[in-house]
Amino acid sequence: MTEVLEYAALTMLGVAGVLALLRVGRGGSLPDKVLGADTLMLVLAAGIAAAAGITRETAFLDALVVITMLGFAGTITVARYVERRGARA
Amino acid sequence: MTDFISAAIMAIGAAFTLLAGVGLHRFDDVFARMHAAGKASTLGLLLILIGAAIRFAELGDILKLSLVAVLAVITIPAGVHLIARAAWRARTELAEATSFDEDSRRRFDEI
Repeated sequence: MTEVLEYAALTMLGVAGVLALLRVGRGGSLPDKVLGADTLMLVLAAGIAAAAGITRETAFLDALVVITMLGFAGTITVARYVERRGARA
Repeated sequence: MTDFISAAIMAIGAAFTLLAGVGLHRFDDVFARMHAAGKASTLGLLLILIGAAIRFAELGDILKLSLVAVLAVITIPAGVHLIARAAWRARTELAEATSFDEDSRRRFDEI
């Protein structure tokens, strides 16, 4: 039962990542793509956290801290770019 | 038993993250989508971090996971707010269902 839940969690995270990636590809406006990329980064962090919990591998934890900060820096950068250049995709 | 509880919490968190992904496609424009991307995924990530923290015994590992949780709660809403503000200032096209207050738009432009 525990294993089923673990696989279910990883599968749901995978589907969420694909959905976020589709939003980056299909876009709409440029902010939509940024939002999709932001969500993708979050799903990635959630996936690494889940993998760390399932395998009990502590090396994942350091990567988790880094990816959270990098994702925020990236979002700030692109948001400033959108603010100056307009929202055309 | 602890393993099962931890796996259950992680599965619930993954379900919330999946809902955030679905919301990105169900809603019509950035200002609606930011709700799905900003709130559901934060809760999902927090639940998965809690589920993972249950399985680690050492204090240092749990502290690292707590650090990520604190960073996530601070940075994710701030990041999504930045995207929404940039979208508003760049005059992104709105969906038909979205309406806004003309007065507040004028006041915003004066700042």
